[in-house]
Amino acid sequence: MYKYDQYDQTIVDARVEEFREQVGRRLSGELSEDQFKPLRLMNGLYLQLHAYMLRVAIPYGTLDSRQMRMLAHIARKYDRDYGHFTTRQNLQYNWIKLEDAPDILADLASVEMHAIQTSGNCIRNISSDQFAGAAADEVEDPRPWAELLRQWSTFHPEFSYLPRKFKIAVIASDQDRAAMRLHDIGLQVVRNNKGETGFKFYVGGGMGRTPIVAPLISEFVPATDLLSYTEACLRVYNRYGRRDNIYKARIKILLHEIGADEYRRQVEEEFAHVKTLGLDPPASEFERIAAHFAPPAWESGLPDTVDRSNVDFAQWVDQNVTAHKAPGYAVVTISLKPIDGIPGDASSAQIDLMADLAETYSFDELRVTHAQNIVLPNVRKADLLTMWQKLVDAKLADANIDLVTDIIACPGLDYCSLANARSIPVAQKIAARFADPARQRDIGELKLKISGCINACGHHHAGHIGILGVDRKGTENYQLLLGGSGAEDASLGKIAGPGFDEDGIVDAVERTIEKYRDLRQEGERFLDTYRRVGMDPFKEAIYG
Amino acid sequence: MVNALRFRDDSAHEEPAVTFETFLGQTNATAVRLEPGDDARELIPHLDRLALIEVSFPKFRDGRGYSAARILRESGYTGELRASGDILVDQILYLRRCGFDSFIADAELDEAAVDRALGRYGDVYQKAADGRSPVWALRHG
Ligand code: SF4
Repeated sequence: MYKYDQYDQTIVDARVEEFREQVGRRLSGELSEDQFKPLRLMNGLYLQLHAYMLRVAIPYGTLDSRQMRMLAHIARKYDRDYGHFTTRQNLQYNWIKLEDAPDILADLASVEMHAIQTSGNCIRNISSDQFAGAAADEVEDPRPWAELLRQWSTFHPEFSYLPRKFKIAVIASDQDRAAMRLHDIGLQVVRNNKGETGFKFYVGGGMGRTPIVAPLISEFVPATDLLSYTEACLRVYNRYGRRDNIYKARIKILLHEIGADEYRRQVEEEFAHVKTLGLDPPASEFERIAAHFAPPAWESGLPDTVDRSNVDFAQWVDQNVTAHKAPGYAVVTISLKPIDGIPGDASSAQIDLMADLAETYSFDELRVTHAQNIVLPNVRKADLLTMWQKLVDAKLADANIDLVTDIIACPGLDYCSLANARSIPVAQKIAARFADPARQRDIGELKLKISGCINACGHHHAGHIGILGVDRKGTENYQLLLGGSGAEDASLGKIAGPGFDEDGIVDAVERTIEKYRDLRQEGERFLDTYRRVGMDPFKEAIYG
Repeated sequence: MVNALRFRDDSAHEEPAVTFETFLGQTNATAVRLEPGDDARELIPHLDRLALIEVSFPKFRDGRGYSAARILRESGYTGELRASGDILVDQILYLRRCGFDSFIADAELDEAAVDRALGRYGDVYQKAADGRSPVWALRHG
């Protein structure tokens, strides 16, 4: 894992002091809320329906037990004893007092964390594959590149007042676990036929009001040009992205309007100039960062089998454990989706427990996934049973990863000031309807995603089944979308028909799933069946 | 409290800035004013006779002027580069890094606060137009 050196630490500490001063000016009345707003937004502090919300950056979703424990400590001391893991691999606190915010940032800085650029029209926290470093299918660990981009984008003077927020994801496998092509820039680390490292550049993806799967802008950008090429991509956007309408300000609209070919031409022209400026660090800097991500000292000769005699344990292994590249090891995903819980929420005690497990069983590393779960990337297979028992005691052993109850849901109208409808109660009702584990397993992989408004923080467009909360003449109404995917076969869901009320949407989801069970052929997931038969049979089942 | 700040040793340029369109249509002006939608690159052939380029920020949120400034500095412009309009204390560091060396703000600025903001960060992560070495260069001597 990356460790700050004196430069990184000094910069983050300076930020804490700067924000402390800004908050002081606000509390004394020297700054009005209007003047303070852009400043607090640069530090991830939002004013929500009931209180301030603070969004903490978890760069590329990676953290260690010390950092995890600090998140628990902050939840306990300054919030209501829990935190919410988000679809951008960050953590949000929902009940923050303005006067506490500087102390919270100071606590975060003491464990090399911050809330820099977790909001505002700037380059946001870089996201990545939650299995990075452990996945058998990766070209290399993508996180050193993400860290290089994190540093480059931090307080970038030219790109802090972009037309709109800007999200970058970096992956290194053909299998996409990070919804990479639904980002403003999606990067895939690849090797060319000479064995050199470079990047596939996808630009202009995104969800929200106008969902678009990013087109490929460059087949291969050499690693030595990464920052210059990214800078060129951003400069074209900063100069020509629309600023007249907030809904048309994301880079995807620019690409949509001028076309991918014209955008590429402009980027290439800008790149030819930018490359002469010496913006790319030397290879030694990348090597310095990469050394922090060296694989842990995996033991050899470990047993590669798991004792499956406990049925509940075996089912959890089947659902929540993924192959690791080192023999004898496994990647564990801890579900934050208990049937009666709030997707992505964890109590301080649970956060502490996960920190303990990471320290004891996973070389002190944890990951946050965009599906709002937690990963322990390096667990010995021999330790799985003991660890699972501890998860059972902490009510963290739901065996439902990628099943219908592993629901992504945004905070919605329970917290969010932009929401049209509540997301959490809908998620809970659907989870309750499908609570029977045998039924969930029979249905198989099904990614269900709920957003409380068109902003799509709950990734509803990318759900095999997506639900969008809308406002219909002052009442909450829910639209059903089918056929989306955020994976390597990325696609956008289509609206099935007229919307439903809260109970109606739960019934509609059930009818959709029952129809799939009627229609499916051997080995087909819901998404496969939908792609084979199309919308009509489902429409008939739902509305017929 | 002041509206104008200048970080240059030479004396201020007296000639008023003409609009971008006027400038491109007439050949003898030495000062020009860019609006956010104007293409700074069109000035590149004329940089050696320009003494003042003023870039307007009608709203602080509109960041196009940051790119305009860098493009001008990257093209070798060494004259006065002025940001004018909705300029706030907390933007001045980034504006300076992009190459601006004078400011005329709609609302008064607290000079002490500006000094603190400019001195806050001893090091920076990326190269820009202010000649500062990024930390990656410092790390590798
Ligand atoms: S999707 Fe809408 S309701 Fe949900 S968190 Fe985002 S802005 Fe709020």
